[in-house]
Amino acid sequence: MKKLLNDPADAVADSLAGFALAHAELVQVSTSPVFVSRAGGGVTGKVGLVSGGGSGHEPLHAGFVGDGMLDAAVPGAVFTSPTPDQIQPAIQAADGGAGVLTIVKNYTGDVLNFETAVELAEAEGVEVASVLVNDDVAVEDSLYTAGRRGVAGTVAVEKIAGAAAARGADLATVKAVAERVIANVRTMGVALAAPTVPHVGRPSFDLGEDEIEVGIGIHGEPGRHRVQAVGADQVTEMLLTPVADDLALDGGDRVLLFVNGMGGTPLSELYVVYGRARRLLEERGVTVSRSLVGNYVTSLEMQGASVTVLRLDDELEALWDAPVDTAALRW
Amino acid sequence: MALDADWAERWVRRTADAIADAKGELTELDRQIGDGDHGENMDRGFRAVVARLDDPAAQPGAGDERTVGDVLKLVATTLMSTVGGASGPLYGTAYLRAAKVSGRPQIDPPAVVAVLEAALEGVSSRGKATVGEKTMVDAWQAAVDAAEAAARDGGSEVDVLRVAAEAADKASTATIPMVATKGRASYLGERSAGHEDPGARSTALVLGAALAAALAGPTSADPHGAA
Repeated sequence: MKKLLNDPADAVADSLAGFALAHAELVQVSTSPVFVSRAGGGVTGKVGLVSGGGSGHEPLHAGFVGDGMLDAAVPGAVFTSPTPDQIQPAIQAADGGAGVLTIVKNYTGDVLNFETAVELAEAEGVEVASVLVNDDVAVEDSLYTAGRRGVAGTVAVEKIAGAAAARGADLATVKAVAERVIANVRTMGVALAAPTVPHVGRPSFDLGEDEIEVGIGIHGEPGRHRVQAVGADQVTEMLLTPVADDLALDGGDRVLLFVNGMGGTPLSELYVVYGRARRLLEERGVTVSRSLVGNYVTSLEMQGASVTVLRLDDELEALWDAPVDTAALRW
Repeated sequence: MALDADWAERWVRRTADAIADAKGELTELDRQIGDGDHGENMDRGFRAVVARLDDPAAQPGAGDERTVGDVLKLVATTLMSTVGGASGPLYGTAYLRAAKVSGRPQIDPPAVVAVLEAALEGVSSRGKATVGEKTMVDAWQAAVDAAEAAARDGGSEVDVLRVAAEAADKASTATIPMVATKGRASYLGERSAGHEDPGARSTALVLGAALAAALAGPTSADPHGAA
């Protein structure tokens, strides 16, 4: 394993220390327990937004803390959800008196730890509402699994809910907006090669030289099937088609098309995927009115990508366009 | 020999040793059907538990008044605050519920069964899993069933723990051909068959340590060994 790390056990702490120095105008980083919050803390009278999850998915979530998006983010160990004693103080730090919305990805560990933390925060007098992101269409039969996972669509939920909170919406309204995004966003991902978790020191899964895993989650864990490697156009069809079908997109729909890199795929390849996905959507009569291409929800250095589509309406589009000032997203 | 708080402490320390020894194996099992961190997470948690047991300022309960439940509660709170993932809240809840039914200095065979039942109830309610879904619930349920039978037949504490540990070990192995429908492994669907569930394996290690701690009995190293 070759990585730019010192002791693998310190990977998260060392990284956050650098992040804090690089973005001191945006964030403050608590080390015991570990969480990231907006510089200056919760904004009085504004609904606070808190998300979190395992580390290794940077810039998710700490990179999205700042004006117009999250008020706090809670990083766990690499690929491991944070603990309630980290999440609860983050919720309290984000509270400006108008309540807090937690945005949780549907992974068993995230759900269990956030549930506990929310109970603790409520016992301390904070009003908390929660939404569960489950945009991953790869998990087919959610009756017999832990359900659809929360993956790259989480960025859209955090951005749009963050904009609603920034313009002064109350907790119930911010939650409803987040749920509207969740109802209209779908994602499917592919892995070309596995990442290596620092403290494990070996690739997380074994993938043959000529194999790709279609329908992965954000740790590279599988969701659908393993197939022979094919060209980018064909891979893009395998990702876009189930997403578009699940959303039942048709002529007249207007969408955000988001091609996300998993950390080890060059932007040039992500744009190849974007180009094909866009043509496929246009062939269906769908208008792509907003785009995002880049590494936003990564899986360490995993080679791969995901395609996310969010069906937009006027309000969601305006909230997406609203100003945002964070380490990883800014306009 | 009734089981006391010193037994509980030996159980916890032996669990930490067993987890440390099996760290690579647990991580490899999890790498096959999960995300490859179970060994690391459990090791991090139990190291923290042992550090608290070694810290005079963090001792659960006071001297001779210390209960089995005091020790188990310390395990619960430490795991919940240090492990994360799914195994932190699941094991944390298991120990917390077990602590609630063992708040006394010594426990007899029926109380040992009650501890195991409480742990099972904690894991299954928190994880919303039942038997046959290829999770740690399979190992806990088998342990409870075997322990109940042994206690009914008038078995000793050691008898109860022995059958529980053996049943958990067997049940863990029996998860190999199963198809997972809960937890991270459920995303593999049919492909989860052929791999042992890492949570069931760590449960077998925990219960094996409980038996070993009872068999070892008090030693001169234990402050209350003469009691």
